[in-house]
Amino acid sequence: MATPPVAVTFEPLDPEALVALVGAQGDGAVVTFAGLVRDHNQGRRVEFLEYEAYEPLAIRALQRIVDEAGERWPSARVAAHHRIGRLEIGEASIVIAAASAHRGDAFAACRYTIERVKQIVPIWKREHFDGGDVWLEGATADPDDQAARDKAYRIACA
Amino acid sequence: MRVTVRLFARLRDLAGTGELTREVPSSSTAQQIWNDLVLEWPQLREYEKTISVAVNAEYTRMTADVRDGDEIAFMPPVSGGYR
Repeated sequence: MATPPVAVTFEPLDPEALVALVGAQGDGAVVTFAGLVRDHNQGRRVEFLEYEAYEPLAIRALQRIVDEAGERWPSARVAAHHRIGRLEIGEASIVIAAASAHRGDAFAACRYTIERVKQIVPIWKREHFDGGDVWLEGATADPDDQAARDKAYRIACA
Repeated sequence: MRVTVRLFARLRDLAGTGELTREVPSSSTAQQIWNDLVLEWPQLREYEKTISVAVNAEYTRMTADVRDGDEIAFMPPVSGGYR
């Protein structure tokens, strides 16, 4: 089956499939980012993470982000897959690939994408640690929050 | 009219269910549906200022009208933590 540009899946992620998807002849750069399950957080020893998504909206939000990146960096092509379910330490929860003619745009589009993912994609993680578990909550998701978009853009171009 | 309500992550834990159906007056808004949930599960109140809402899997505002058969999702703040 063809690799879709955005996905939410229980299956292990495949960075090479994303690189193959975004790459085009003549590109000078492809940047990949993998977010991994850390073995510690806020002083706790993490045992594993459990990710939950509102899948249809998560896919739409990922598509929206990839489209935003395409508008900001027209030469870049971006793909992003997020894994859900139980993930062990060291496993990838997200993989992003961004290809472009030049490295600057590829790095920026990739960084912008991960910053936006943590702002607006309806995916939550429950951390299971030594002695309990807790839902980790970040930002209130609001895709129309221009200040949040601008912040992601500034980080991407820092 | 009848709507489906979806709750995620800690909201689901607090209510003890991730999906429920509710009879609501026609021309209800998402806010009114949320208010009813808070009456039923007062512990949801702490999310009053931080939830996001979607109708039929599209982000919208709490002032949005809902229609018969709609799916209304209330979502706590999304995962931070990628640093």
